[in-house]
Amino acid sequence: MRVNFTVNGRPQEADDVWEGESLLYVLRERLGLPGSKNACEQGECGSCTVRLDGVPVCSCLVAAGQVEGREVVTVEGLAEYAAQRSCGTGACEAGACGTESGGTSLDEARRWSAQGARGTDSQTGEGVELAPVQQAFIDAGAVQCGFCTPGLLVAADEMLERNPDPTDADIREALSGNLCRCTGYETIMDAVRLAAARQSEGA
Amino acid sequence: MGTTGLPANITQGSRTKGGIGESTLRPDGTLKVTGEFAYSSDMWHEDMLWGHILRSTVAHADIVSIDTAEALATPGVYAVMTYDDLPTEVKNYGLEIQDTPVLAHGKVRHHGEPVAIVAADHPETARRAAAKIKVEYRELPVITDEASATAPDAILIHENRTDHHIGHVPHPNIVHRQPIVRGDVAEARERADFIVEGEYVFGMQDQAFLGPESGLAVPAEDGGVDLYIATQWLHSDLRQIAPVLGLPEDKVRMTLAGVGGAFGGREDLSMQIHACLLALRTGKPVKIVYNRFESFFGHVHRHPAKLHYEHGATRDGKLTHVKCRIVLDGGAYASASPAVVGNASSLGVGPYVVDDVDIEAIALYTNNPPCGAMRGFGAVQACFAYEAQMDKLADAVGMDRVEFRQRNAMSQGTLLPTGQVVDSPAPVAELLRRVKAMPLPPERQWESSEGADVRQLPGGLSNTTHGEGVVRGVGYAVGIKNVGFSEGFDDYSTARVRLEAVAGEPVVTVHTAMAEVGQGGVTVHAQIARTELGVTQVTIHPADTQVGSAGSTSASRQTYVTGGAVKNACELVREQVLEMGRRKFGTYHPAWATAELLLEGGKVVTDAGEALADLVDVLGDEAVELEREWRHRPTEPFDLRTGQGNGHVQYSFAAHRAVVEVDTELGLVKVIELACAQDVGKALNPLSVVGQIQGGTTQGLGVAVMEEIVVDPKTAKVKNPSFTDYLIPTILDTPTIPVDVLELADEHAPYGLRGIGEAPTLSSTPAVLAAIRNATGLELNRTPVRPEHLTGTA
Amino acid sequence: MDFLRPASWEEALAAKAEHPTAVPIAGGTDVMVEINFDHRRPEYLLDLNRIGDLYEWEVGEESVRLGASVPYTRIMEELRAELPGLALAAHTVASPQIRNRGGVGGNLGTASPAGDAHPALLAAGAEVEAESVRGSRRIPIDDFYTGVKRNALAPDELIRAVHIKKADGPQQYSKVGTRNAMVIAVCAFGLALHPETRTVRTGIGSAAPTPVRATAAEEFLNAALEEGGFWDNGKVVTPSVAKRFAELCSAACNPIDDVRGTASYRRHAVGVMARRTLTWTWESYRGTRRTNEGAA
Repeated sequence: MRVNFTVNGRPQEADDVWEGESLLYVLRERLGLPGSKNACEQGECGSCTVRLDGVPVCSCLVAAGQVEGREVVTVEGLAEYAAQRSCGTGACEAGACGTESGGTSLDEARRWSAQGARGTDSQTGEGVELAPVQQAFIDAGAVQCGFCTPGLLVAADEMLERNPDPTDADIREALSGNLCRCTGYETIMDAVRLAAARQSEGA
Repeated sequence: MGTTGLPANITQGSRTKGGIGESTLRPDGTLKVTGEFAYSSDMWHEDMLWGHILRSTVAHADIVSIDTAEALATPGVYAVMTYDDLPTEVKNYGLEIQDTPVLAHGKVRHHGEPVAIVAADHPETARRAAAKIKVEYRELPVITDEASATAPDAILIHENRTDHHIGHVPHPNIVHRQPIVRGDVAEARERADFIVEGEYVFGMQDQAFLGPESGLAVPAEDGGVDLYIATQWLHSDLRQIAPVLGLPEDKVRMTLAGVGGAFGGREDLSMQIHACLLALRTGKPVKIVYNRFESFFGHVHRHPAKLHYEHGATRDGKLTHVKCRIVLDGGAYASASPAVVGNASSLGVGPYVVDDVDIEAIALYTNNPPCGAMRGFGAVQACFAYEAQMDKLADAVGMDRVEFRQRNAMSQGTLLPTGQVVDSPAPVAELLRRVKAMPLPPERQWESSEGADVRQLPGGLSNTTHGEGVVRGVGYAVGIKNVGFSEGFDDYSTARVRLEAVAGEPVVTVHTAMAEVGQGGVTVHAQIARTELGVTQVTIHPADTQVGSAGSTSASRQTYVTGGAVKNACELVREQVLEMGRRKFGTYHPAWATAELLLEGGKVVTDAGEALADLVDVLGDEAVELEREWRHRPTEPFDLRTGQGNGHVQYSFAAHRAVVEVDTELGLVKVIELACAQDVGKALNPLSVVGQIQGGTTQGLGVAVMEEIVVDPKTAKVKNPSFTDYLIPTILDTPTIPVDVLELADEHAPYGLRGIGEAPTLSSTPAVLAAIRNATGLELNRTPVRPEHLTGTA
Repeated sequence: MDFLRPASWEEALAAKAEHPTAVPIAGGTDVMVEINFDHRRPEYLLDLNRIGDLYEWEVGEESVRLGASVPYTRIMEELRAELPGLALAAHTVASPQIRNRGGVGGNLGTASPAGDAHPALLAAGAEVEAESVRGSRRIPIDDFYTGVKRNALAPDELIRAVHIKKADGPQQYSKVGTRNAMVIAVCAFGLALHPETRTVRTGIGSAAPTPVRATAAEEFLNAALEEGGFWDNGKVVTPSVAKRFAELCSAACNPIDDVRGTASYRRHAVGVMARRTLTWTWESYRGTRRTNEGAA
């Protein structure tokens, strides 16, 4: 079947979709947006969290056909989404909308290094526009293997949107659907607190 | 953070920004937060096929027949392969013992063993085709424990064993046996005023890394294959893959794809050979991605164990002896079982001084899921038991539990049960002191003006208590873990370092085959290069097999060994650069010949701080590049009868204090705080160090209260292969984890550092168990402890 | 597999009539797991996401008509006053992401004994509005669960809404799991006080082949409260009464040993939850009574 929907502000069309495919599979394998992660495919880990019409959901549990005509935001579009929220503009910058084909090509896969992907300074993230919560995850050491990171970022960003001044218990509750196996969550707590603090300073 | 006792000859930091000792940020951080970092499951190739594995539905059976005709005839299917399709005489693989069939041959030995593989144009096509493969099994009785494995009429899991352990094991269903005998336990027992005994059970834990096993194999024009893969050790994989494919190693080119966690679960091969076989068979790129269900069958787990301990002490609280027997269930294939036995036995008494010791550890072959490496590796199971014993014995003696441990704590110079002298700091008593000195979290934190906040209570959002039945408990534990590969293994790493001027700036490229699995090795390598070469710009080359082996990302060894290799290579590059400088500029300044020269801030400087030349001027158009292997001090095997020998190179120590609140009526536990003190030798990156300690602590917490793969003892089938029923801690289950880092340098190690990744996983579990015992007064001899164990309803 | 995308309720009923084996999918939180893990390959998937009516609710005089797909997040945030037991149950469902997608219709359709909503529905009192091209009917919740993962729906029927009695007194809900969040119930218990009829109702989850009420326990407690004049005098429930109630709730269980817990533990835990939720609801009832009397 064919599915038309909007991802990170851009219309997308996926063809020859098998009816049992999830939104996660379509994003990762058909639209070149592998940022949403396939850790459990049973809604227990949150690694595939995206926003569907603004609401955080596990994209592994959304049937591809269910997203017809709807709007999806993935981690690839998070920076832009956050930027639009803070300045109210609407243009979609290139870079968040995937490659023409699926997945990550080998050239892309080979390129990562301490120099970063596009001549950016990956020590600091300078040169790449990041959402405050993304920068906070880097700064607080909340990223280790990073597989849970995209889902956590989408969930944390949405919580900060609803609740700009969360208590620790609020943060834990909001992120209770996102498993992390590396960090013990302490640095994730630090990162969300940091993002909240920076957000309120900026406000 | 405390810093004590750094010897003067060890570099303490760097005057170049971003060097060791700083909490520099991850070089891959930006890619990881934008979703662009390419994990092994993200690989994509035009025209690629999807591989799928058909696995056994029973644990132990003869394979009567396999019929693949219908599967092969399925539209969209490009290949179906079974044992009969393997291209060479090499049909098995294994880390140490090559006992694991690439595809089952005539027999399956555990639930979920690979039987056939399929390549098709869509994962669903491959799954449907695999479902059409008809496998006829003739079931055999299952061997699931020591009694059934060593019964006189027991079926041999592996007939005709030829490995190097078969000569010294008491039964062919025992993989390896290691006794450690020292002193005279019988005599020491006479001196004991108090003797305590205990039987302990450690459940089967899963690494539960979040990134499932996956990768992409691309056939090459030269008949070889390029494999993009998540692993812990590229060259070990290569050594096992190439012979099965019938290819020389240089035709199997491996590149490390992004790794979504490992924790030991990627030491063994999973889908590597299968993807390569299908790619070579079809001539097309083949991608395989396990789902979570398959992942539980696709990698080894932590050995479940039964441990029997006897400890004795005198009235004044000194240990007299330890006698113990540790039975590890290795499951159907050997994997890392022999080395796990070595660790469990040699570290079986823990970080304590005890002269009279009688230890025996064995690993069984059974039809249970294969078990192998997981963070803590044998030392975890022992620590759970000996720390429970130490509490029991302290109570028997009538001494404070921490004080009792401190009185028996090892220190530098202590002789281990293996006869090896601990020749670097061993601040066991100090770690316990520190962790005990931390302020306790306030009581009844759930109380608020609006009533009980259930998120702070056992049961959490499930609203099971508003404070009823809740009792607090506190527990302590400490552990010892070896660092690096032990028992005479040639444990080396390789680094290639290149220094050149690019666009008027000096740039270093560091190329190793180290598997970055999240631990932050790439961050540390850049820091080492900055420190040693005084250059800010460092590029970390992707890890691949175009450079020599880095050894495994396990045994807490990478910062030590590959870090050591990078440091060593940088030092040699520095010598060459200085030599170039002397040749070019030596005549202009006498200091070139007389002073000790350093590289700092992109310049050659004297030790007095005088700048002699810019690095770019020294280098000109030339690049300095070299590749070197580097080794830590050699170790030796343990004697097979007595266990004596200098088997380990370094130790890592951590202590925990757990504070729990237990709903004693419902048997639900909330860990309130899990404080840790650890000696790290030298924190090359303090932020990463704390992150490792907190992560390791949490995995220990998981196996204390929830994590267990449950295997049906009647069928040897796995009952909970999913994240619905194999539970790992959520953010609501994980407490605050204050960390006190001690830095006592090990003068034998680069920068004085100590491997850190595993030690916190050891003591976390027994500390939580001790706290639950403290809250409930129950004996609790197994982990994980489940609600039924706390309520008498098991 | 075919993916049916009805744009309206009528189209959905027609599709279900034409394809009775079609599996309805709304939040997808059960169905997609089975598909992802290759446990199920339905011939037809019947997507209900485009039927807006299913996402709405109406608060009436007696009851709340809750659309089958109203997400748990909205129940816990917006229906706490009318449906306190269900709101508490909704809060224990899996994770925020799942609560954003899943609704009561899915729990009822799957009819797993471990579904979080069931004990709250049983305790509150509810009717399931089922409809087919043949017509609409209301199935009392007590008659809805017919076996392990089986319910009273006909093959051509879909769940449109649930009519749940508005709370006329305190309600509570507890669930035991071996994790503090994101956990399937080892067992669960719902309790509702109905001061208007001077009755209590219960619901037990995951401790029998179907969700069940502890009717003997209810009858005992109704009688004990009546005899002691508790509804009028607002006294503390006698410990012996609470204990007996808890025992009878345990006795209403018919659990199994499985990987999530033992039968013996489930019986025990249901008793503990019964006693605690009785204490919480009764204390709350006494509190409101005192406040009302004070105001009078």
